[in-house]
Parts: sequence; structure tokens; C-alpha cells
Amino acid sequence: MLPKWFNKWNQDNPTNIFGPAILVGVAGAAVFIAAMVVSWGNPAQTSSLQTGPRGTGMSVPEFNVVRMAADPTIEDYYTEAPYVPEGGEDLARDIYDNVQVLGDLTEDNFNRVMNAITQWVSPEQGCAYCHGDGDLETYGEDTLYTKVVSRRMIQMTQAINEDWDGHVNAVAEVGVNCYTCHRGENVPSDIWFKVSPVNASAAGWSANQNQATSLSQSTSLPSDALEKYLLEGETIAVHSLESREAGVAGVDGYASIQDTERTYSLMNYFSNSLGVNCVFCHNSRAFYDGSQNTPQWGTASLGILMVQELNTDYLAPLQDTYPPERLGPIFADAPKAACKTCHKGYQRPMQGLNVIADWPELATTEAPVYE
Amino acid sequence: MAYPEYQNIFTQVQVQGTPEWGMDDTGNNLMEERVGKPFFSTLAGLFGNGQIGPYYWGWTSMVAFGTGLAWFFIVGFNMLAQVGWSIPQFIRQLFWLALEPPSPEYGLTMPPLNDGGWYIIASFFLLVSVMTWLLRAYLLAEQHKMGKHIFWGFAAAVWLFLVLGLFRPILMGSWSEAVPYGIFPHLDWTTAFSIRYGNLYYNPFHCLSIVFLYGSVLLFCMHGGTILAVTRYGGDRELEQIYDRGTATERAALFWRWTMGFNATMEGIHRWAWWFAVLTPITGGIGILLTGTVVDNWFIWAQEHNFAPMYDGSYGYADYGSYEAFIGKEN
Repeated sequence: MLPKWFNKWNQDNPTNIFGPAILVGVAGAAVFIAAMVVSWGNPAQTSSLQTGPRGTGMSVPEFNVVRMAADPTIEDYYTEAPYVPEGGEDLARDIYDNVQVLGDLTEDNFNRVMNAITQWVSPEQGCAYCHGDGDLETYGEDTLYTKVVSRRMIQMTQAINEDWDGHVNAVAEVGVNCYTCHRGENVPSDIWFKVSPVNASAAGWSANQNQATSLSQSTSLPSDALEKYLLEGETIAVHSLESREAGVAGVDGYASIQDTERTYSLMNYFSNSLGVNCVFCHNSRAFYDGSQNTPQWGTASLGILMVQELNTDYLAPLQDTYPPERLGPIFADAPKAACKTCHKGYQRPMQGLNVIADWPELATTEAPVYE
Repeated sequence: MAYPEYQNIFTQVQVQGTPEWGMDDTGNNLMEERVGKPFFSTLAGLFGNGQIGPYYWGWTSMVAFGTGLAWFFIVGFNMLAQVGWSIPQFIRQLFWLALEPPSPEYGLTMPPLNDGGWYIIASFFLLVSVMTWLLRAYLLAEQHKMGKHIFWGFAAAVWLFLVLGLFRPILMGSWSEAVPYGIFPHLDWTTAFSIRYGNLYYNPFHCLSIVFLYGSVLLFCMHGGTILAVTRYGGDRELEQIYDRGTATERAALFWRWTMGFNATMEGIHRWAWWFAVLTPITGGIGILLTGTVVDNWFIWAQEHNFAPMYDGSYGYADYGSYEAFIGKEN
């Protein structure tokens, strides 16, 4: 196989190659292990918590570096305790023009909330982001789309805290305010737009999958899971609840393989949004069985209903209010929310920081209750 | 002591001479279907026999290659069309792309070309290709006056292939149940198949298939290890050892009998291996054929048949410790 001169040279110059070979092997293995520890994480740094009966494989594993590190956006969170009214003060709706939400607040508290919204949503542009560059007298005008959208978002925040207590305060009082999604940005990160069909040359189920997109979490699973389940409200569950069930796949309510792949795509999104794996909510031996699932499964199920309401009642109807640059790149649809818009990869947004305690004005659609 | 005449993986000694052409008959037409001038490859010789070719062409291989290539190009050009005929995108998304079966609403009818029609056409070519290749295994064995064991072994794999792409979709009443032709997409299908039908691990035929699959690996390793270990006593000449048992066989047999109280025989070990191998796809195919046709939720089926235990105890971290303590962030 090798040229004769090469073999001859080797015969004439016998060398012990075991020394260098062992050296290269050891050094190579060390480099490989170091690269694995750096890129994949130190296996000794993993902790896990058992979450089910022995024999079921139920546990929540996490790396210490992730567990110990605080969400960096917590540091920039702005909050301010309310001014408890003594009674008899003039209310914002009487003082200012065109106050459709937050009208029950005293002047101090109204300005406190307005300032906080500026800190949470437009720290660079300030008041002008919604109210324009005019004098204070013009602040009542609805000339900018940002102000119209903000009003709707305030109503949405109040509705979340009031109606979806079971989700946002499932473990402890946490609540949501503008910062939960915005984190100091005009447009929250991790919003989503429609991208499906992703494949113009095909139709049907061939057209919505098998491309690495942000909505498929870079898998080959369908890219229309958020749109179908969290906007159009299609059925997520795919299992037969009896050992034998009649039906033809994909019709008569008998879920097909393709339906299952789309559900799997949604579950991938859940997983990445919360930084958890399947068994955080499910017992993987029977995904559908609520009695074998963890309490988080119930919390997440409420979250699905909540996101559906947010998208259909609040976010999608704003489509005509937005300027073109705020709309989706493909279908010019309104930006929509889902798990990751609030959670940002954490099990609880801002690791369970209570963002509602100081803001009773955002906790209810009624007049705020100060304690 | 060395036996340079045997040829084995990473053997240092290779014999290269006039290539072997095989027998010819008096009418000189047996040679006609053997194509390719034989030559020696030292690289191939490191792994097996160094001689490459000649190759027996025959009508079966022509049909199998022709239809196989038709399948390959239909799949490939569909993938290329899906990325707008962009070669860089084709390379980038290659493992994501697939030729998918039809959407469920078409049932067993012929769908439009862009929604599974090409899949049906490609599948037809693949069916012809695989079945012709199976026939080739039979005909070549017959021409060599061999037993048909390899044919039946391949037939076992073809059974699983037919269950996945032909028998089960027909019983389910929809071509949409077939497996997509794509790298990641066929893995998505596999996962979705298990999840949809309530966890395939509770399908007893899936259990059997795993037993035979892992068993095949174990037997392959045990047999290979045993023979290599007694090669120094001539144990690699297995056929001679079968009819004239020598010290190699005796030592191998004693090793296993003293290790685990039982040993296979020089003949029987090959039947063990063959049956474990063919039973892997046979049992797997039965399990898949029953899924969705006879049983729609294997976990519930397994509970009804006292096959899946219920575990006492609750679920969720609240019952096993505090999550706040676990994530190291009290608040």
C-alpha cells in the first residue's frame, strides 16, 4: 500500500513509536475532555430533584451554573411602592383628558405608574414614545399607535392578573406587569409571527414542516404549531383514551401521525420556553394521563388557555393599529405572544420575582385596592 | 505462530495474484453476465477479501438499480424543489428535508403530486426495487446451490418494510400513515408513532423485537469473541471444527459451560444468531401492524392486561422537596 522507499526508510530507521503515541493519545484525550466539559458542561455540576415515585424516572435535572445564576434582567427591574390614598383626592380621570384606563388612580399613583411604564417599555425614548413630543396638554391625544396599543396592553395585564390567577400565581404571588414581557424593550423579545407554509412547492402537511425555522425550534417538525394551537385553538391532545378506538387517521377526530408531530412541535416550544424537559409536567410513560402528571401540567394547561385568550382577544385584533414595520415579515400579521414571551427560558418569569405586589393598579380591572 | 492464509479484519498479510473470475460453463455464456474487470484493493483487503469484482449483473440487479435510482432521484428532486432549487439551501437543510406521504384527507386515493403524489410514485419504484433485490438473493442462492437462509433473512427485513409502507397504511385506510423519506423526518415519524399510540414500549411485540435486537448484538459479540479467542488453536476454521471437533471447540465450549453452565455448539450458534436476527424485524413488524389497527393505546392496553404496574405515590417536586431550595433562590 505504501511506497517502497517509505517502507525501506522505516526498516533502516527503527524507532519506538509507543512513547510519542501515548503522549499524543493522552494529550488528545485531555483536549477532547476539556472541550466537552466547556461546551456541554461539567457533569459533576448537575443536580436533580426527584419528582415522582421510584421507578418512573421522574426528576428535574439542572446544571449548577444555571441554577445559581440570576436572570440578568432582574437587576434592571424598576419598582416603586404605591402612595396609599387617604380618600378624597381627585382621580386621574378628572384631572387628565381621555383617561380610559387607570382612571381610578390618584394623581400621585397615576404618575407613578406612567413613570414605571416608561422604565419598563421605553427607557430611552421616555414619555414621548407614546405621548409624542408635544406639551403636557397634548398627552391626552391618541395620535400615536404606541399609545393605543399601550392602553390595550394595560387592559391585558389587568385581565391576566385578575382572570388567570391560577396560572400566574400558581406557586406563589408573582403576577405580571409590563416588564414581564418587555424587559426594557419597546417590543418584547420572543414574540412570534406566522411563517407557515414554509415550503411553496408542496401542499398539505408537506408544506408546513421539514424546514429548520424559529417556530419549529430548528427541528424538522411542523412550523405551524403555535398558530394552530395558540391562535386557532385546535385540539392539542392526540391520544386515544381507550385501548381500541375506531377511526381513520386524520379524520373523525382520530389524530394522525402528522397531528402528533405538530403537538410534539408545540411541546418542544414549551420545553425551550421554560428550560425544562418533558417530565417537568408529564410522566413520559403516559403523556396524556393527568393523574400521573405533575401539578405543573395543570398550571401549563391553564397557560395554554390564557395564551389563546391573549392572542385572540388582545394581540391579533391590534393588527390594523400597528404600522407595517411592526407586522410579521411574511403574512403582515400582528405580533403574538406565547410561553417564551414571558418566561424567557425560565420556569417562572424572572425566577419567580413578585412583580405585582407594588402595582395593585395592574392587578385588577376595577378600582385598585391598596393595603 | 501465524496463519497468513486466512483473511480477516486488519490482517497484516494479503495475498494478491490473478483475480478469481468464477466458474464458466461449456457454452461460455455464464461469464457474459459478470461485469467489471476484477482488481485488488489493499484497503478492502484490510477489512475482507482484497478482490473487487467481477459483479454479477443479471436482470434482477438492473431492475433493482433502475427503480432504486428512480426512487432516489424523485426524493432528491422533491427536496430540491422544496428549497426553491437552491443548492446551498439543499445542503444546509438536507437532513431536515423530506418527501412526505399524502395528507390524511386523501385516504387511499391518488393525491395531487405536490401533496404526496410523488411519494406514492416513489414508493412504487422502491417497492419494485426492494422486491427485485429480494428475488436476486433467492436466485443467486439457487444458482450457487445454496440454502435460502440469506433470502429468508432479508425477507424478514422486507416484511417490516412492507408493514410500514404498505400493509399498515392499507389497514388504516390512509397512505398518510406511511413513513416519510427524510433523515430527521423519519425519526420524527418514529417518535410521533410511539407517542400517538400511547407509548410503544408497552407493545409486547416491541418488547420482543428489542429482546431479539439486543440479543443479536450480544450473540454476535459472544460468538465473534469466542472464535477469535480460539483462533490460535484453529477455531476460526469453523466448518472443519463442526465435523472434526478439535481442542479449539472443546476449550470454547468449556469456557462457556464453566462460565454460565450452558454452551451452544459449533453448529447451533449460527442458528441462534440467525433466528435472533430474523425475529427482530418479524416481531417488530407484527407490533407495528397491530398498532392503530387493533390497539390504539398500548399503555391502557398494558394496564388492562396487568402488564404495566401502577406506582403508588404522588408527582411533582412539592412532595419530594422544595423547588425554591433546589434552584437555590429563596424569595
